[in-house]
Amino acid sequence: MSEMNSAAVLAVRNMSMNFGGLRALSDVDLEVRAGEVVALIGPNGAGKTTFFNCITGIYTPTEGEILATARDGKTHRINGMRTNLVCELGMARTFQNIRLFPSMTALENVMIGRHCRTKEGIFGAIVRGPGTRREEQHVVDTSYHLLQKVGLEQVADEYASNLPYGAQRRLEIARALATEPFLLLLDEPAAGMNPQETLELKEMVIQIRHEFAVSVLLIEHDMKMVMSLSDRIYVMEYGRVISTGTPAEISADPQVIRAYLGEETDA
Amino acid sequence: MASQQLAKNFKQSVVAALWLSFLTMPLMVIRVDTVEKTITWRWMHLLWMLVGSFVLALVWYFLMDRRDRGGANDGNLNTEAAPSRFSIWLNNPRVARPLMAFGLLFAVAFPFLFSMYQTNILISALIYVVLGLGLNITVGLAGLLDLGYVAFYAVGAYAYALLNYHFHLGFWAVLPLGGILGAFFGILLGFPVLRLRGDYLAIVTLGFGEIVRLVLQNWDAFSFGPSGISNIARPGFFGVTYSVSQATTYIYYIMLAFVLLTIFVTARLKDSRIGRAWLALREDEIACQAMGIDNTKAKLLAFAMGATFAGFMGVVFAAKTTFINPASFTFMESAMILAIVVLGGMGSIPGVILGAFLLMLMPEYMRAFSQYRMLLFGATMIVVMVFRPQGLIKARRKIYKVNTKPAGQA
Repeated sequence: MSEMNSAAVLAVRNMSMNFGGLRALSDVDLEVRAGEVVALIGPNGAGKTTFFNCITGIYTPTEGEILATARDGKTHRINGMRTNLVCELGMARTFQNIRLFPSMTALENVMIGRHCRTKEGIFGAIVRGPGTRREEQHVVDTSYHLLQKVGLEQVADEYASNLPYGAQRRLEIARALATEPFLLLLDEPAAGMNPQETLELKEMVIQIRHEFAVSVLLIEHDMKMVMSLSDRIYVMEYGRVISTGTPAEISADPQVIRAYLGEETDA
Repeated sequence: MASQQLAKNFKQSVVAALWLSFLTMPLMVIRVDTVEKTITWRWMHLLWMLVGSFVLALVWYFLMDRRDRGGANDGNLNTEAAPSRFSIWLNNPRVARPLMAFGLLFAVAFPFLFSMYQTNILISALIYVVLGLGLNITVGLAGLLDLGYVAFYAVGAYAYALLNYHFHLGFWAVLPLGGILGAFFGILLGFPVLRLRGDYLAIVTLGFGEIVRLVLQNWDAFSFGPSGISNIARPGFFGVTYSVSQATTYIYYIMLAFVLLTIFVTARLKDSRIGRAWLALREDEIACQAMGIDNTKAKLLAFAMGATFAGFMGVVFAAKTTFINPASFTFMESAMILAIVVLGGMGSIPGVILGAFLLMLMPEYMRAFSQYRMLLFGATMIVVMVFRPQGLIKARRKIYKVNTKPAGQA
């Protein structure tokens, strides 16, 4: 890949996370470079979602460093940074078990993503002067535009809870994109999707990466999607990264095969 | 199918009637006269009980059936049931506009059409409209269950009463101060409860409300204790002196203006960036924060905004009654205001207004039933909650107009 040499937008160094006596993550090193699609895979309970929660500020890691380089080129250490500030910095995530705002419309869900990029306050809201109205209209338009990108413009005024499962997943991605991220964190975006939907999702991720110039870090169990979509893959097991490399390298790594298929104990 | 259902309902109603008659028999049938040492058996009462409960049960089952068949959606707050013919009719601007104009005209003419007594009742109802709309911000929009809302109302009332007593400050001078103090106490309550939600938040806010009341009740040197403060000045009108009935009319118009202002402000807030952030906070706190909304700020703002209106109303209340004491600010008041919001429809402005009028005026005009008044009141609330769990008027989300021309890249 040509982008292989570009700068890291997210660099995690020796990160560990303890919950009391339980070591959920131990010495994790991970890097996402500009424009890359990186996948994080591993058996259930390997610590993938914990990793996401650490880098998005939901948990504060016990040890290690998380460095994020925003679009302005400045690098920030984001250990334990508040979740909303991480998002404002430009790292937007989706959730493994969809977390939309169910009794808001699809359009409004995306508009929420625009919150941190707009600044209308209480008085602006009450007076609703020309500046506020312009900003509001801009929020509506860009949000609608994003809905078009993920193919949901037809259901813009539907309640999010009324959307079919696949559409909800795509809506979450649109909502994340609305925050203008440099890094999109997708937690099992294809979970519960049929092969056709997964294929469409894959194409959408590729398109989004080009159009919005974002890097993508995704957790996924669908190997077909992971192998065909990602530039590099990290494999986790029991809170450790056990292997890193291109899809071809990973699929040939005996350690990975052992983690997924189990070890033969007796011959 | 229908006849089968009917037979089933019939049978259930018979059972219910028999059971209820049996349970209430000792109370309804037997009367023991301890002086004369006689026992009267009033068997006719049993018959009335049987017939009455049978009819009520039948009606109840019929309504329940209708509900279950009519809207499978009713139980689920998130799904939009098809709007009823009534609400379509009501939303037609050709109907809504004249209706609103008529309502406003009626409201303006009210003090001249009815007695001072009626006007006073309506002032109280209007105060509760504003309180309901204020609490609607905290509970209905931001989803922060606040059971101590009356504390902010007390803050406003005592602010005016004490400032008037010690420094002879007038109504108009203290009114903005009441709002500011309300907001200040809102933030004061907001800080310790930032991390709490649901039941825990409810209990802490309940405690906060009680603390404020108990302080007012026991700190004699500051608040004059349970005896309260009397002779609070009515709102001034450019130094003109006026009679009590004129004062009532005057306060009525102040309240009317206040209600309109509150409706305007809350409606604008609801469909703004802030309002959407509050809704998101209510819907899913974690996702809300992960999408870049500062939860702390949004929560404090919701507490402060809600409390501001209560502070304003406290000042008006003190000026209206000219006497306040801690007994006006019990938990019962908080519960009442919360009932207004829930009954009317969480987050729905017309719903809260309707709820306030219903809950405030119903007890007044049901005085004819005197002793059954509170019983009917409770029954009404149960019926509404069973058949319309989303409230009388459900909150709707705004449909935004989109400029379909390709907008600038996000």
